[in-house]
Amino acid sequence: MAISDVYNFYRRMEDDHIILSFKGAFTEELLTSILHIVERKMEDLQIETKKKKRVFNVLVESFQNLYHHIEEMAPESVTTDTDRSAMIIVKNENGRFTIITGNFVNSSRVAELRQKLDSVNALNGEALRKLYRSKLENDGRTLKGTAGLGLIDIARKSKNKLDYEIIDVTDSIGFFCLSVVID
Amino acid sequence: MENLVIAGSPKTPSIDFNAESGKIVLKGRSIPENSIEFYKPLNDWLDNYSTAPVDQTVVDVRLEYFNTSSSKCILDFFKRLELLKSGGSTDVIVNWYFETDDEDMQEAGEDYEAIVNLPFTIIEVDEI
Repeated sequence: MAISDVYNFYRRMEDDHIILSFKGAFTEELLTSILHIVERKMEDLQIETKKKKRVFNVLVESFQNLYHHIEEMAPESVTTDTDRSAMIIVKNENGRFTIITGNFVNSSRVAELRQKLDSVNALNGEALRKLYRSKLENDGRTLKGTAGLGLIDIARKSKNKLDYEIIDVTDSIGFFCLSVVID
Repeated sequence: MENLVIAGSPKTPSIDFNAESGKIVLKGRSIPENSIEFYKPLNDWLDNYSTAPVDQTVVDVRLEYFNTSSSKCILDFFKRLELLKSGGSTDVIVNWYFETDDEDMQEAGEDYEAIVNLPFTIIEVDEI
């Protein structure tokens, strides 16, 4: 980016109502910092408790979902720092929050990911609750403690459909963008 | 036996498990990346306590938020309490707290109540 573009870059973020954006390696400490910043911001804006909690929940779940998946794809295909890094953006348009994440995924997992997202999007509130409850009760979990409940929980807390897109970067790597609105 | 007291952190709840009073309290946030690691000592303590519990065991869950990874661990914890209760040497009751208007946390309590065989009281408070 040329120095003359810096202001445009800033302007673009301002016009898009972005209150936080990060691109780089995702770490446990990063989540703590992001939560701290967004919570402070919501307190300043006097966002109602219920919404504050939902934004917080979706933020935690999307971040950790992504964090675990980055680790998952690490052994075989992550070879450079670029592949390891991911992106998170938080927008606030007059109390309508949007949480956007972007990360690389192994192309071999794309079909499964789409299927998961589409099946969650096909359900309404009560059906999502039932699915969550049955998975909580009956399904096992991975060694890392992930329970396959992340996307269901994000959909339940946001009360909106999960907007997503997966772009082919190479034959074996895709870029997964997820946008979740809490209004 | 020793009581289990752990201070809360930005990602983990404070823990106050008292073997003499039978009072078990989890309070705050439970959003660790690796929840199994955090919950292990809690389960271990409970297993130990199960060998000589007091007449009534009262479990206060005062959680502000929890992540899905914790949700499984919380269920495992309740399952252990269920076993403890069915053993017959102590009565176990669960008080599940939620903040006014936090219907998500209220629903979460109802979901656990439906899954585990323990008496739940779901209690609304102004602040956790």
